[in-house]
Amino acid sequence: MFSTLLLGAAEAVSSNIFDQWWLAIKDKALAGNLDFWENIYKEIYQNVLYNNRWMNYLRGLGITLEVSFFAALFGLLLGVLLALMRLSGVKPLEKISGVYIGIIRGTPMLLQVLIINFGIFGSIAIDRVIIGVIACGLNSAAYVSEIIRSGILSVDKGQTEAGRSLGLSNWQTMRLIVFPQALKTALPALCNEFITLIKETSILAYIALTELTKAGDYIRSKTYSAFTPYIVSGILYLVVTGVLTKLLGKLERRLRQGDNR
Amino acid sequence: MITVKNLHKHFGDLEVLNGIDQHIKPGEKVVIIGPSGSGKSTFLRCLNLLEKPTSGQIFFEGAEITAPKVDIDAIRCRMGMVFQQFNLFPHLSVMGNVTLAPITHKLMSKEQAQKRAMELLTRVGLPEKADAFPKQLSGGQQQRIAIVRALAMNPDVMLFDEPTSALDPEMVGEVLDVMKRLAEDGMTMVVVTHEMGFAREVGDRVLFMDGGLVVEEGTPGEIFDHPRQPRTQDFLRKVL
Repeated sequence: MFSTLLLGAAEAVSSNIFDQWWLAIKDKALAGNLDFWENIYKEIYQNVLYNNRWMNYLRGLGITLEVSFFAALFGLLLGVLLALMRLSGVKPLEKISGVYIGIIRGTPMLLQVLIINFGIFGSIAIDRVIIGVIACGLNSAAYVSEIIRSGILSVDKGQTEAGRSLGLSNWQTMRLIVFPQALKTALPALCNEFITLIKETSILAYIALTELTKAGDYIRSKTYSAFTPYIVSGILYLVVTGVLTKLLGKLERRLRQGDNR
Repeated sequence: MITVKNLHKHFGDLEVLNGIDQHIKPGEKVVIIGPSGSGKSTFLRCLNLLEKPTSGQIFFEGAEITAPKVDIDAIRCRMGMVFQQFNLFPHLSVMGNVTLAPITHKLMSKEQAQKRAMELLTRVGLPEKADAFPKQLSGGQQQRIAIVRALAMNPDVMLFDEPTSALDPEMVGEVLDVMKRLAEDGMTMVVVTHEMGFAREVGDRVLFMDGGLVVEEGTPGEIFDHPRQPRTQDFLRKVL
């Protein structure tokens, strides 16, 4: 098994320095007596460098970002709608929103993804990216709506009264006075939800969407390396969530500075 | 200008207003005093329907505002209200606070609204605070801005709900001064307050409320110097 997997490498044209480095240790590898650093190079070569395999991770990362972005957008819009329904004071709307949130939060996301993929879109030819966006967005909306709702409830009742006493309608008061303040309070929790969402799109590997986790898994199926492909995927997740955390932290600090103006 | 007929308000089993009949004339300054829990704030908040009366009728400039299907937003445009806790909008500058309602209602263009706001801010002595945010201001300044915000809608009547109760003592005066000048300009005012000096000086008519009823009413002289009801006498003994 080991030799079959090295076969590809042996046949490759030694066109670049990475291939040459590999050829230099290839015999030792077949004999099974690589030292520590050589072993690490072998892992990296097979799982990342060889045959432009790094492209697989980047393509996976692209899909992860694509799904996350549109799912976050969809989840935010639907979440705000659900929160407004929940606070509308109209009993049927409150009920619908409450039941939706209850179902989404009370069942595993994997199950939701499977139901949407095989149940709802089972007989329809549709891009799995779209299925992913819908599934993750529907899921995220339930959590976002609770975050937005608590943000709205945190705004003092006097703000609404002041708005209404100026003759503003309920909706104008919500849009111009309550919502901007609610969003600021909700921002940290909202950021957390977005970061969670990015990681949770990995569940879509289960419906064979080649996002970042599935990309790593695909490489593993080629190289049988148990660790390296997943670690490469993991590092890429860390880079994305790390950058996002930094950016959102900056945004938060800017908003907080606004308090002291 | 405002006529109240047999106004009742219950919160569950709690009866807060037990039948109030009042008529407030244009230009009149009505000051409402009374112990806490007497229903005076609730009465005031019923006048612009921030509280929905349980029963009874309220007429404002000839129209019944307690009628179903009435456009309460249009009515509130003509009734300014000032709150105990100021309730300025913290995410907007002073200018944003003052111009929000006139611009949203399309009563004025942005430029007109800002010009009007500057006039009003100058009248309360705070023109240099136009770009400040509420959190940077003292309580007294915030309350003066809140008055300006209500005035920016050019209301026909101003409702004041304990406007100085949340202020540090040294800031009470500056807010009362603004209110006195407003009174001199002829504004119709309904003021719930614990400031007996203000009630005596500015009020045309003083209402003493207790237990959800107007127990006694009259000119400041009648109420403060010659109260007839024992409950009024008892209350004034405690606060004066």
